[in-house]
Amino acid sequence: MAYVAFADNDTHSHDPDTFISKYIWSQDHKVIAIQYGITAISAGIVALVLSLLFRLQLGFPDSFSLVQPNEYYQYVTMHGMIMVVYLLTALFLGGFGNYLIPLMCGARDMVFPYLNMLSFWFYLLSVIVLMASFFVPGGPTGAGWTLYPPQSISPGTPGVGGGIVLMILSLAIFIIAFTMGGLNYVTTVLQARARGMTLMRMPLAIWGIFVATILGLLAFPALLVAAIMMLLDRVIGTSFFMPEMLSMGDATEYGGGSPILFQHLFWFFGHPEVYIVALPAFGMVSDVLSVHARKNIFGYRMMVWAIVAIGALSFVVWAHHMYVSGMNPYFGFFFATTTLIIAVPTALKVYNWILTLWRGDIHLTVPMLFAIGFIFTFIHGGLTGLFLGNVTVDLPLSDTYFVIGHFHMVMGVSPVLVLFAAIYHWFPKITGRMFHTGLGKLHFWLTLLGAYSIYLPMHYLGILGLPRRYFAYGDTDFIPESANLMNAGITIAALLVAAAQCLFFINVIWSLMKGKKSGPNPWRAASLEWQTPDTPPKHGNWGEQLPEVHRWPYDYSVPGATQDFIPQTVPANSGDAPQNEQEVED
Amino acid sequence: MGSNVTESQTATLPEGLQGLTHDWSSDKQAFYVPWGKAMMWFFLLSDTFIFGCFLTSYMNVRMSTRVPWPNPSEVFALSFGGEPIPLILIAIMTFVLITSSGTMALAVNYGYKQDRAKTAALMFVTAAFGAIFVGMQAFEWTKLIVDEGIRPWGNPMGAPQFGASFFMITGFHGLHVSIGVIYLAVVALKVLKGDYEASGNYEIVEITGLYWHFVDLVWVFIFAFFYLW
Repeated sequence: MAYVAFADNDTHSHDPDTFISKYIWSQDHKVIAIQYGITAISAGIVALVLSLLFRLQLGFPDSFSLVQPNEYYQYVTMHGMIMVVYLLTALFLGGFGNYLIPLMCGARDMVFPYLNMLSFWFYLLSVIVLMASFFVPGGPTGAGWTLYPPQSISPGTPGVGGGIVLMILSLAIFIIAFTMGGLNYVTTVLQARARGMTLMRMPLAIWGIFVATILGLLAFPALLVAAIMMLLDRVIGTSFFMPEMLSMGDATEYGGGSPILFQHLFWFFGHPEVYIVALPAFGMVSDVLSVHARKNIFGYRMMVWAIVAIGALSFVVWAHHMYVSGMNPYFGFFFATTTLIIAVPTALKVYNWILTLWRGDIHLTVPMLFAIGFIFTFIHGGLTGLFLGNVTVDLPLSDTYFVIGHFHMVMGVSPVLVLFAAIYHWFPKITGRMFHTGLGKLHFWLTLLGAYSIYLPMHYLGILGLPRRYFAYGDTDFIPESANLMNAGITIAALLVAAAQCLFFINVIWSLMKGKKSGPNPWRAASLEWQTPDTPPKHGNWGEQLPEVHRWPYDYSVPGATQDFIPQTVPANSGDAPQNEQEVED
Repeated sequence: MGSNVTESQTATLPEGLQGLTHDWSSDKQAFYVPWGKAMMWFFLLSDTFIFGCFLTSYMNVRMSTRVPWPNPSEVFALSFGGEPIPLILIAIMTFVLITSSGTMALAVNYGYKQDRAKTAALMFVTAAFGAIFVGMQAFEWTKLIVDEGIRPWGNPMGAPQFGASFFMITGFHGLHVSIGVIYLAVVALKVLKGDYEASGNYEIVEITGLYWHFVDLVWVFIFAFFYLW
């Protein structure tokens, strides 16, 4: 234990004294988390507005002339990329990862606060570069969020001038930002925990964030390499991804490259990326369910190993996105098998969430509603994933609205519901105030029901054979009139859901100013972040002394205890906590 | 949870695999190393994936192109008195880089003995070897571009992907070496100034060394895949 003293070393505290060092160039993980959160949510609002614009076109093809075909593709592309990378990844890891890791592990800050600060500023730069592509000649790239070459860098695709270059640069800057933050998260979780906080006593939120960060550190390199190679293809005319081909009737300078290589690199990043978003969501929803059901999480060890197993398996399933790409058909067999295997630990987690609720003392608070909503949407999206994981079922459904429906259920709605659950759950700790419950519940019901009315019909449209990425369908034989009606309905639902999000922002702003004081632990939760001496926690988090951890974070409704929860800091042999077999075993 | 095991400082760890997991998941820290060193490990792991993706992509384009690949023994040959010697420059470059790993290891050794002068001197020597390597790489690039007409988008000997992947991957590696030279020089200067005397902690020399050895190791793979295949 040579470095024990180092963990609580005052030279690392770098107290902020001016406004700028406190709120702008801040090295405090909590401030950085909020900066990440605000930037990510702002980017998300842009993506949301873009989706409304192209939904209006799809729902009412002849009534609005808000977007032309070129803009349609540009908005679809930017919507996808912003939501997946710049909102979800940044908010889960940069936002909640930053806020929760030191507080839940019992550290004063991240291990390298300066690097952590740089991580945010690079992230902000990447967002600015991305948004700048709206203002260059030709506009942002319209290649679809997967950016497949040769189409993404060939003439005729919108944004082939500056847009695609800025997109690639922005992704590269984002990866640098993520690496600086991610190294901090992993090192903090492994090396800077409070005394007694063993790995198997960490809350599942931290486990999810930790494994997701490792996935990010190993998966983003593939995207970086693909981005560099595509930039070279685009800017100096190499042919990594570009085959010999005609473009606009003329032979191009390119020749001999492999477009499928890009797809492999992209999905080697892209599939773990799904779990970079999903694993923190799994972890945080576990904590929310346990706290609000006043029950320990069912099968904690199983949950941890399921997170690790999903993380490991996520690296060997990538080509299930490529069944129709023209790769060797035998690959499909292998990747379908691994894809179906990954459903096992995932289903195990779903069972454990339901068993956590089973005979629990369920409080239907706002975060709990969102968490339970997540279980519904996630089961739904997960099951349609099994359809698409099978080669034979996937082939007819490829590039139809079924894929859009599946993807948005499992990776759009589900993580966003968890984000809302997490924001409502940790809002009292972050701000020291409670939000408005009624407004929160209204927000939940409108969002959940609205999301279902958007995405359920899409499955039906997909089975009808409606292809994705079409500007308008016109008169097509196999598309019945009812499909157009359904598209209009989806658009109306999307507008309603978007409007419902205003309730959330009103709630946040109102609560920041007028919300009633929450006290340090309004949910009576056991995990470490609720035991801080100040709410919101001050710089350095723990006052004079680092906390000491004596138990796991899920001691709820322990028989014989004086309260229905026992904080992690209460020693095992204190009068408050009888030695409990269950706790020791689980 | 075996709370008794982890609570007690004096408890002996169980043997074998179980001991390993108990040790690894113990409180406070998983590895008994400073934070900076652990972080360098994780960074290098991530960097391994970058180079892994680069080299895999290179193999992929080399196999998928239909134009024959240029013969490395001819492309990389240097002529001395009219007689071409294959791979002579690359042999010298590799020798220089591997030697620099040796001087780096010595620097780490003297760092732990807190011998400031020798540590700094050996680090400067390592950085100098690195700079020589980059210089020879610049010479090689010049020869390929000017004398043999190889460009990233094409070359007279065969597949255009040859120049593309060669310049990209050796360039990315050369960038790593150049950053390493600067990193080594900065740390060596700080060692010389006595910045680490107060704490007596020369771990930073080893952390710098980790990076340097990694860059050398990557070169071995690039050497094998580009020059020997």
